Amino acid sequence: MEVERRSLREKQLDARAMLRGDLEGEDLERYVEERVLTTTFEKMLNVARANSIFPLTFGLACCAIEGIPMAAVTSRYDIARFGAEAGRASPRQADLMVLSGRVSVKMAPVIRRLYDQMLEPKWVMAMGACSSSGGMFANYAILQGADKFLPVDIYVPGCPPRPEAVLYGFIKLQRQIMGNPDQGWRQRYDAYGTEEWARGGPRSEPSPEAARAYEEARLSVEELGDRGGHSLA
Amino acid sequence: MPDAPGLELIRGEIERDCPGAVLATSFDRAQAALIVDPARVLDVLRWLKDQPGQRYDFLSSLHAADYLPAQPRFAVHYELINRDRVERIRVKAMLEDAPPAGQGHGLPEIDSCVELFPTADAQEREVFDFFGIVFRGHPNLTRILMPDDYVGWPQRRDFPVGGEPVTFTYNEARYD
Repeated sequence: MEVERRSLREKQLDARAMLRGDLEGEDLERYVEERVLTTTFEKMLNVARANSIFPLTFGLACCAIEGIPMAAVTSRYDIARFGAEAGRASPRQADLMVLSGRVSVKMAPVIRRLYDQMLEPKWVMAMGACSSSGGMFANYAILQGADKFLPVDIYVPGCPPRPEAVLYGFIKLQRQIMGNPDQGWRQRYDAYGTEEWARGGPRSEPSPEAARAYEEARLSVEELGDRGGHSLA
Repeated sequence: MPDAPGLELIRGEIERDCPGAVLATSFDRAQAALIVDPARVLDVLRWLKDQPGQRYDFLSSLHAADYLPAQPRFAVHYELINRDRVERIRVKAMLEDAPPAGQGHGLPEIDSCVELFPTADAQEREVFDFFGIVFRGHPNLTRILMPDDYVGWPQRRDFPVGGEPVTFTYNEARYD
């Protein structure tokens, strides 16, 4: 459906007319076409979820001091731009748990309990080297990575991560929530389908362009094979 | 801080009142320490606390150390302060490791000094938590920092450090 591009002023005048009840017939049709976007309910719901995340207000260690206030709340970086400035002090109202710092073996059950109290859907970001992998604390008291006891959706490396890194991880998490996860280096190097999943796990899909390029390359190789008298398949 | 002769004077006075309690003295880097018989450490602490003219009546720190492979292996350190003269003295009790497979808990023991210095309560629990040194007469000797169901005494030198091996370029297995 082709929608004619019109100036903002014209659209505003249309909106005023619509509110007054003056728009009729073709004009009203055009007004609706310009403003309505059709999609599935799930997609719309995920867009809403991704853009109104409530992080759980809690901190574990130094990343909570350096990272979260610097990266998220202060006006210089301002996570409110992405709709996640409303920290919740109760896990029952929170969507996102930011593991900001090392997780000790004594703290892990507490965190797991908080995670279990959060309502679905919920996400976890491992912020910094310690909660991602144990970091410098390779000892008896610290868990070597928070994914030992709860599912982690996004890992942000750094000690502490730069505010830009935290926000980048957050944006990646948003894309993940909207059902279009970043493929990272697989996207850059066009290496879809190389994940080492457990048997029966999901499989990434290439972008349409990548699929087309791959198909063309395969066809050209087949042509060569026909001419050269041997096949690569 | 008593100087070296002052430390010897203190030792002499303790020797007069509790004979045999002090085994040796150490004056290293301007720090005075009395090395005492662990069975009589309370006598020495009480003397230092109550003796007129000494009055080291504030326990600023109680901690332990593991000197493995030296024997005796453990030491419990008591850092005392006289707050009027701003003088410090250290009392050191060297503890043998308990005989393995003996009866009881198989841990080294020493008397608790909570009755003399109530501030030692949490610190003795911490020493118990990390070194497995039992303080006789402590009101509530349980783990304080590690989880209650933790097994082992993690600050001992023969306790494994823990963590996970990580592959770096210098320890990477080569297959070429």
